[in-house]
Amino acid sequence: MSFGLDSRMLRSAAAIAVFAAIGMPVLAEEISVVSGATGSDLQDFPAIVKPWEDKTGNKVTVVPMPSSTSDQFGQYRLWLAAGATDIDLYQTDVIWAPQLADHFVDLTEAAKDLIPANFPSIIQSQTVNGKLVALPIFTDAPALYYRKDLLEKYGVEVPKTWDELTAAATKIQEGERAAGSGDFWGYVFQGNAYEGLTCNALEWVKSFGGGQIVEADGTISVNNPKAVKALETAAGWVGTISPEGLHAYQEEEARGVWQTGNAAFMRNWPYAYALGDGADSAVKGKFAVTTLPVGAEGDSSAATLGGWNIAVSKYSQHQEAAISLAVYLAGPEAQKMRAIMETHLPTIQALYDDPEIAEKSPIIPQWKSVFMNAVPRPSAPTLGKYNEVSSKFWSAVHETLSGNGSAADNLAGLEADLTDLKGDAW
Amino acid sequence: MTASTTAIGRESGRSLQQQRRNAAILFLAPMLIALFCVAAWPLLRTVWFSLTDTSLNNLYGGRFIGFDNYLRVQTLSNGTVRYKGTLVDPAWWNAVWNTVRFSVVSVVCETILGLIVALVLNAEFKGRGFVRAAILIPWAIPTIVSAKMWAWMLNDQYGIINDILLHLGIISSKIAWTANTDTAMYAVLMVDIWKTTPFMALLCLAGLQMVPRDIYEAAKIDGINPVKVFFRITLPLIRPALMVAVIFRMLDALRIFDLIYVLTPNSAATKTMSVISRENLIEFDKFAYGSAQSTLLFAILAIFVSLYIWLGKVDLSGEAG
Amino acid sequence: MTANKLLKIIAFYALVAVIVIFSIFPFYYAIVTSFATGTALFETNYFPKHFEWANYRQVLGGATFPRNILTSVFVATTTVVFALFLAVTASYALARVRFRGRGLLLMTILAVSMFPQIAVLAGLFELITYLGLFNSPLALILSYTIFTLPFTVWVLTTFMRDLPVEIEEAAIVDGATPWIIITKVFLPLLWPALVTTGLLAFIGAWNEFLFALTFTSSESTRTVPVAIALLSGASQQEIPWGPIMAASVIVTVPLIILVLIFQRKIVAGLTAGGVKG
Repeated sequence: MSFGLDSRMLRSAAAIAVFAAIGMPVLAEEISVVSGATGSDLQDFPAIVKPWEDKTGNKVTVVPMPSSTSDQFGQYRLWLAAGATDIDLYQTDVIWAPQLADHFVDLTEAAKDLIPANFPSIIQSQTVNGKLVALPIFTDAPALYYRKDLLEKYGVEVPKTWDELTAAATKIQEGERAAGSGDFWGYVFQGNAYEGLTCNALEWVKSFGGGQIVEADGTISVNNPKAVKALETAAGWVGTISPEGLHAYQEEEARGVWQTGNAAFMRNWPYAYALGDGADSAVKGKFAVTTLPVGAEGDSSAATLGGWNIAVSKYSQHQEAAISLAVYLAGPEAQKMRAIMETHLPTIQALYDDPEIAEKSPIIPQWKSVFMNAVPRPSAPTLGKYNEVSSKFWSAVHETLSGNGSAADNLAGLEADLTDLKGDAW
Repeated sequence: MTASTTAIGRESGRSLQQQRRNAAILFLAPMLIALFCVAAWPLLRTVWFSLTDTSLNNLYGGRFIGFDNYLRVQTLSNGTVRYKGTLVDPAWWNAVWNTVRFSVVSVVCETILGLIVALVLNAEFKGRGFVRAAILIPWAIPTIVSAKMWAWMLNDQYGIINDILLHLGIISSKIAWTANTDTAMYAVLMVDIWKTTPFMALLCLAGLQMVPRDIYEAAKIDGINPVKVFFRITLPLIRPALMVAVIFRMLDALRIFDLIYVLTPNSAATKTMSVISRENLIEFDKFAYGSAQSTLLFAILAIFVSLYIWLGKVDLSGEAG
Repeated sequence: MTANKLLKIIAFYALVAVIVIFSIFPFYYAIVTSFATGTALFETNYFPKHFEWANYRQVLGGATFPRNILTSVFVATTTVVFALFLAVTASYALARVRFRGRGLLLMTILAVSMFPQIAVLAGLFELITYLGLFNSPLALILSYTIFTLPFTVWVLTTFMRDLPVEIEEAAIVDGATPWIIITKVFLPLLWPALVTTGLLAFIGAWNEFLFALTFTSSESTRTVPVAIALLSGASQQEIPWGPIMAASVIVTVPLIILVLIFQRKIVAGLTAGGVKG
């Protein structure tokens, strides 16, 4: 290992081996997991860790955080910077690994059996300079939601390209408005100036063949004709098939319009599926999901890789137990429970073929095709500067959507800003 | 007050003075220690960080780099000179401008509205107690709650503000208040004015109640126009109270953070100095740079207060009186 | 003339009505929203359609929220007591004892109230971890003095300066020590100002968010504003407006009651001393 052997690491690995071998607790420890998990995720957490607690005799407490990821990130940064010992495990967003890598324990050795079972792209997103910073516990990828009933009513096919989507949305919107639904819109997505816009815009750019903003080798690729075309297409939706207020939309606003039956298409994460199928939903049973469209035939669809991981703090005073818990939380047993209880997409490939999951959460196998097109945001090449890169990117896109400056000008400006930010190296 | 002590015998007076001074030191010490710990020391740390290249990943490993975070002159290999640092950062100056604009507009509106409300409350009428209680409600609601409440009401699709305005025929289509760059600042101002006018009204009311009633009676008998009474008599009398109220509000407005952080966190149109320094301190990997911005924010406040006290001849310490 | 007068009265009450509506409508709307659930949230209703207590049950039924309220009450009360104790003694020294640098000291204390919270956050965090107070209510009580203390000292100093000299002189003649003068002579006279500043400090501590979020890491030490920010929907992206509004109503009601009880005192306290120029 290039990073050198840490004696503490060895000890902890050895300790886990001992625990596993004798299968009984030596000393009960209390492990704190801080997590931005919400709602039922949070309620089911005790059930998910129960088997581990029973096996090791340790106790797990969860520290909930506000659901805003930037609040979470701010707190974690500060706690880690001060070497806070109160938290043992951190649940981390897929894009945080490079920014927080210094404070987490390398899990390569502890999770060596788990790594090959996972999708390689996810493992790679959590690896920084050869160090496995966090273990994936579930993944997330957005899809195109469409109204089956309306597509049938207006005799349109499920759109494969963005142009087809535009045409279909226009047709349905005109028809529905003529029929009296004045608030009906063709397509809703997330256009507010925040991380979600980076996700949306990355999908447009990538599916038009315009690269990934910053490529894996660190080259800034965002200013190219295909990316310009992608943003121009998106800017054309605002005010025509998408509401003017779209540049204020996050996930919930889009879902609000969709779930009250006022949109034909929506780009959203899997969470909207179960909610849209709820008893009080106006679209219950009337919709389906597919992969997001492409720029032109021959391009490949893109869905931004989301998802959450678990990392062990370097400052934890219960490292052995913490590492063992991390491995358990990322393991097949816990992931399967999460898939069944929470409809969270597993990161372990074999679970997509699991009959029990297919039966209890049928959308998970469906989502595999969406997930296979997942693209990572450029957090790996840009390292600690990712948040700033993303902020500059979403600002440029937001300006374009709001009609302040052309796509070409804004992207040229963005390229200059990013070059400046990059300096000699990321 | 000193005259009073001399009234007591001179000899005992001296030892008494001494005793009182000692007691004063004893009484002041706990407060000074508390303030040093929670305020002075952290601020000094921030000033120090701003002169280093500290990163949040390595809080104790920063090197001293002088004023580079504020202004750095770089000569590139091709001979061009580049300026970097907060003082030439357009994002920072945008934030300064936003903050100043926000503070001036909000404090002016709050002062005017606060005065009107205070004048109303100063009049005798049925249900005054109820009204006084009602106007204090916005002020009692936690900022984070009121920000969320207004975010909900300002929502473009199912927010009630758009609904009301549409029904009244004031707007023709739904407005995305918080996201639209043209309206984001209005949205923030609206919420802030709603939230802090009660406080302003309270301070104005306190000032108004010190104005002797007989002045109004006399003016009424003389048949002087009430508007004239207000500008000629009331306003000059409550001016000192008003000046103090304005400076407290102004200080709050210049530091505004949580309202904007919840309502419009990423909009460049509303990003204020506090918001941008948090972004650099924590969100971006620019801890030292953010510290420099915090330090500048403090410096700007200090300069502003000094100018205000000096130009407005505000007697804050009451020493003159 | 009478018509004119009637018009004036109508105009006056219209103004009062506008003020009241503008003040309480958002809170009223929060109450309306707190009774809505599910898709009904995405509709605009001016009156509650049904009185569904589901949101309240969800908020209060959880094990943590009632605890957060207790924590908040404890933190805010202790903050007030702590700040008032330090401020009463200090402002006696500042108001009644003449010594060199008094004006400068007062200005310095005022300067503290202009420290941006964000500028002291990192240093304060270091201090709190150094003292081993992280994740305890003491961390919040200590850090809240940064905004409660300067204000309290200021108001009490101006208030105390205006108390008649004769009372103190009489006490001195009787041989009272400064401590006796404060506790036995001044304290009874001070109490309108104490109520005002205490209430202001209480509201400040009750509403504070940034420090409370940063310095605590367990549910039992978190205060209500943080707890509200922590209320979450069934999934990452969902925002639970119903429970948020219910919780907001719950935490705001005690403050409104406090304000209602003390409203006369607040005005009296400010009149008597606080805002003298």
